[in-house]
Amino acid sequence: MSTPTAPKPPEAARRGRRRSTALGLLAWAVGIIFCAPALWMLLTSFHAESDAATNPPSLGAPLTLDGYRVFFGAGGGASPWPPLINSLTASLCSTLLVLLLALPAAYALSIKRVEKWTDVMFFFLSTKMLPVVAGLLPVYLFAKNTGMLDNIWFLVILYTSMNLPIAVWMMQSFLADVPVSIIEAAQVDGARLPTVLARVVAPVAAPGIAATSLICFIFSWNELLFARVLTGVAAQTAPVFLTGVVTSQGLFLAQLCAASVVVSLPVLAAGFAAQDKLVQGLSLGAVK
Amino acid sequence: MSPSGARGASAPRKAGKAPGRARVWATRAPLLPALIFLIAVTQLPFVATVVVSFFDWNSLSPDDRAFSAFSNYGEVFSDPSLRESVFTTVLLTASVVIVSVVLGLLLALLLDREFIGRGFVRTLLITPFLLVPVSAALLWKHVLYNPEYGLLNGAWAWFTGLFGVDSPGQPDWISEMPLAAVAAALVWQWTPFMMLILLAGLQSRSAEQMEAARLDGANAWQMFCHLTLPHLRRYLELGVLLGSIYIVQNFDAVFTITAGGLGTANLPYTIYQTFYQAHEYGLASAAGVVVVIGTIVVATFALRVVSSLFREEAGRA
Repeated sequence: MSTPTAPKPPEAARRGRRRSTALGLLAWAVGIIFCAPALWMLLTSFHAESDAATNPPSLGAPLTLDGYRVFFGAGGGASPWPPLINSLTASLCSTLLVLLLALPAAYALSIKRVEKWTDVMFFFLSTKMLPVVAGLLPVYLFAKNTGMLDNIWFLVILYTSMNLPIAVWMMQSFLADVPVSIIEAAQVDGARLPTVLARVVAPVAAPGIAATSLICFIFSWNELLFARVLTGVAAQTAPVFLTGVVTSQGLFLAQLCAASVVVSLPVLAAGFAAQDKLVQGLSLGAVK
Repeated sequence: MSPSGARGASAPRKAGKAPGRARVWATRAPLLPALIFLIAVTQLPFVATVVVSFFDWNSLSPDDRAFSAFSNYGEVFSDPSLRESVFTTVLLTASVVIVSVVLGLLLALLLDREFIGRGFVRTLLITPFLLVPVSAALLWKHVLYNPEYGLLNGAWAWFTGLFGVDSPGQPDWISEMPLAAVAAALVWQWTPFMMLILLAGLQSRSAEQMEAARLDGANAWQMFCHLTLPHLRRYLELGVLLGSIYIVQNFDAVFTITAGGLGTANLPYTIYQTFYQAHEYGLASAAGVVVVIGTIVVATFALRVVSSLFREEAGRA
């Protein structure tokens, strides 16, 4: 990006190269320091409890899977599988529901535009700016009175509403990237709407749809406030379970780290996979 | 995407002259499920919150429920702990946003050049943002801040040990500086977000313009002040506003690290506590409405920024 195209005198070029090597090394150092707490968590998760809680820290202690073994229930604690499965259910189902609702909406906002489409876009966005706590009590009362408390499907509905505005915005920006000319060309060739959607729009928008899904999945998986207030035992999600790892059994650092690693793993995987599209998603499609 | 193009797209499906109103509804139809769903799930609860906020309602004594007009609002503004949580929210949000934007800008500048392993370093830098917020908060609370064997004190003990210091200072971070402890954890999580947005901004600079300035003899600092910074302005605004909207609502870090103690209770946490533990439904609702009004002020600016970026994008398409 910053490689100069104009020829430079060799002395300056050498100085420039040395400077950019130094900055590259600096970037590496800063990256490692910045990520150090997370890397430390990963390392601690493979340590025995006695090595995890030492001062000064024990970098070279022998590695073990004990933390993970205890977390997965071999140590007699509550099994993390039901919460993990709940989280997976809530995240996957709400992501699917978001896609079902957002795709047609984005179609109406980008390809076959409704009148005043920008106003509609901003209505969607404004719901995202409404603080969650402002609606929490009625939602809780509704759940309580309809017997939906501690029900994972109720969370699915809430997570869908939480992610729908983001998805509509992202999807709109991805669908708007489909050139009108190829849609028109396909229609001139006699293709009907479903064919156009499947053969022309879908392939172009597929990476965007995938990124949208990943981001919705991440936000649902991470959510704590709704899950904390609205679930109990049966529908407990992984983040809620995680907050209980410490309180129920006292503080075991290696186990806590192992638990954090396991719960974060799906999000890390999804995030690394969507790196390039992450920005566009997080800025609601406003930045490309 | 021109309107005529959009109309043309639907042409083959219509036989003869379709009535205008039916066509308009055919265009609107795909939008309606999402709109109706969103209004039902997000707007109706808020209306209910507004209604509840005018009642004196404690769920522990449900028979005493009575209309109380604005008394809950009076209490929100006169209760010292609620007022303090307003102050805490502002302080926490502002400090986290400002620090993470500055750090994010520095990291973005560092990453905006070719070097070996750039992709890997970027992955390292965004990792904090991808940890589940609860696990990040737990990590800071127990693994880093722990006064006896936390990494911060441990690394400090190791470092001073190199110089033969036997008993270095080992602060109890969370009890000595609770708000800063929460803020540091949040800054660590949000800096990558700012970096990603600003990096996108840096990479959309016009290369020719930069090269022209370089040939004109501008030095790096001049180019940064006169070209890069003005170009980044919108991206900075966007980062600040989106960051504010998310951090104002932060619950996970406050809940996990201090459980709202030691003067770190922000509004979301206080509202959660008021209704979930104190069962003061009316009061919690009034506080919620106040938060919304505050958010609307911020969001108005946010929408304006997003809309200017958005219109620019729409204009280009």
